Amino acid sequence: MSKTTSRSRRSGIRRGEAASGWLFTAPVIILLGVFLVVPVLMALWVSFSDWGGRGSPFSSGVNFVGFDNYSAILSGGGLAEQDFGMSLKNNAWYVVLVVPIQTAVALGLAVLVNRAILRGRGFFRTAFYFPSVTSSVAITVLWLFLFSTSGAVNKVLSWFGINGPNWFNDPSGIVHNFLGLFGVKNGPSALTQNSLLGVSWWDWLGGPSVAMSAFVIMAVFTTSGTFMLLFIAALQNLGGDITEAAMMDGANGWQRFWRITLPQLRPTLFTVLTLGLIGCWQVFDVIYTGTKGAPGKTTLTPAYLSYKSSFIDQDWGQGAAIAFILFVVIVVFTIFQRWVLRERGVSKRRMRLYQPSITAADEARTDNADSKGALR
Amino acid sequence: MTIGPTASQTANTIAVGALANAQPPVSPRRQRSTGVVVASSITYAILVVLAIIYIAPFLIQLATSFKTDADATANPVSLIPETWTTAAYTKLFINSDFPTWFKNSIIVTLFVTAGRVFFNSLAGYALARLHFRGRGVVFASLVAVMSVPVVVLLIPKFLVINQLGIYDSYAGMIIPLLTDAAGVFIMKNFFESIPASVEEQARIDGAGTFRVFWSIVLPMARPALITIIILSFQGSWNELAHFIVSTQDPSLTTLTKGVAGLASGQLSQGSQYPIKLAAAAIMTIPVAVLFFVFQRRIMNSSEGAVKE
Repeated sequence: MSKTTSRSRRSGIRRGEAASGWLFTAPVIILLGVFLVVPVLMALWVSFSDWGGRGSPFSSGVNFVGFDNYSAILSGGGLAEQDFGMSLKNNAWYVVLVVPIQTAVALGLAVLVNRAILRGRGFFRTAFYFPSVTSSVAITVLWLFLFSTSGAVNKVLSWFGINGPNWFNDPSGIVHNFLGLFGVKNGPSALTQNSLLGVSWWDWLGGPSVAMSAFVIMAVFTTSGTFMLLFIAALQNLGGDITEAAMMDGANGWQRFWRITLPQLRPTLFTVLTLGLIGCWQVFDVIYTGTKGAPGKTTLTPAYLSYKSSFIDQDWGQGAAIAFILFVVIVVFTIFQRWVLRERGVSKRRMRLYQPSITAADEARTDNADSKGALR
Repeated sequence: MTIGPTASQTANTIAVGALANAQPPVSPRRQRSTGVVVASSITYAILVVLAIIYIAPFLIQLATSFKTDADATANPVSLIPETWTTAAYTKLFINSDFPTWFKNSIIVTLFVTAGRVFFNSLAGYALARLHFRGRGVVFASLVAVMSVPVVVLLIPKFLVINQLGIYDSYAGMIIPLLTDAAGVFIMKNFFESIPASVEEQARIDGAGTFRVFWSIVLPMARPALITIIILSFQGSWNELAHFIVSTQDPSLTTLTKGVAGLASGQLSQGSQYPIKLAAAAIMTIPVAVLFFVFQRRIMNSSEGAVKE
């Protein structure tokens, strides 16, 4: 960029470029400025005010209330704090399940579809990608039907003698249900007596509700296709020679995948995990369409809670405050993930190269564990 | 969505090369070929099962939309309705606001797509080719803006739309969506990937900047423009949150908002799954058509980079 600049800034054919440059970018700058930057600043002000939704938030009747809205959510001890804690718990479990599963499924599909010998690759890619094209509203409507009490999923489960749950009406946590199978109905008092954000530790650890789990399955269903395409593109860009060399050295398919293919997919893996993580913290459409937080607030997410506080309960300050906390959560997680998945430098790899004594099987196992760790 | 200029042009060649490599030149062990056959039939079987799982929900949806309410509840899996009925579709189109929703979605989608194609390519071109003071700052802010999570903007957008007096109007529904940072980014990347020689020739011949952009650069940018069209069409057709915060007038309801209302039972009593599923099926058709028309471009990442 800069070298062309210095070469041609003053030459004749570049005359008037500065003006056109600004003119060409002006619509985008104005639109993004007015509908993105300004609003964020306005909402920041609202999150520190007691604006009630009537008139302008800048009118004289609106007062600065400092961190009141934030403290009501984070330490108020009231319903606002409890709702927020609940929404964080729900969404955290959603992220913990969806991000690794969708990444693994997408990668699995990509590897399967990418086996070039197969006929009908195009058909399979289309089949797996199609759910990603449809709108979240349409898919949610479909899901409400499939997972209704007398719906298709429970019907199919009944063929296998399984009595399916009452999906979208079942607020019980799946970890609690699992423990219940072993007769554990109540947690130790250390967990039930202490709480974080108005939700007891026992509930925090209770897992997503059955209702939320149906949304987890839906998220995997709708996003794995998109990410599969990213992985396919990356797989096609890998040179065959390293794999071939490994084949010559007698590595089996499993070893080649973990030792050769996966390390080379690291950049794509990072993209997919980051996109997944960011997307998963923004669950709104499906909750709005499907359950509106029910049953028992177990599908409440911060994004939906922020909308609900503002537009339905008219508590604009708290709604805006929730949105900003969510913003911070997303940024923190993105940075954390960047740190976890950072290139660990050449040294470790070199070290492995120079230590032929480690058997291939051992390495495959450690690598397996490594990657599992990275997926968390 | 890996369409577009980022995909390497050589991907295809490499893929073909990999294909050749996948079959080892004269395997030393004979039993290997049986192994390959077994392995590939296992792969095939897994793929077929997975494909059924991915497709079945949509087939069930389509079948159920032609069932009666009772049939839908009694036989949720069957792909053939006991009695075929188009009652759901009739009710949607004749006795509901569905046509209005459809019309609104079309209006918004057309304007948003046209706007994004124009504004994104204009800005992308400027950022890729034109030299002006502050370009780096503009680009950096664009990247920063791209990382703002959309959901955080719900309340902010409402505040501004309200403040500007365009709440409950097409203007409020369309203008905020007219550009997106990611689209500018895609266009910029594309323009940087094509040689500047042609435009420089035109400039020497005395064509103005806009002229060069409009009649020389834009026609060359067809692949990237198609990417933008696909992304904005799909994005605005499927957009829900923005319409929730920018309108409340029933005559401005879009498909997403209307069908979401149907789902939570605002307009219907009982389950009425056939109607809901029919509505969801119809709203899927336009994006599905777009998807099948541009399928090769969307799916085949190496194709997207071919410059026509």
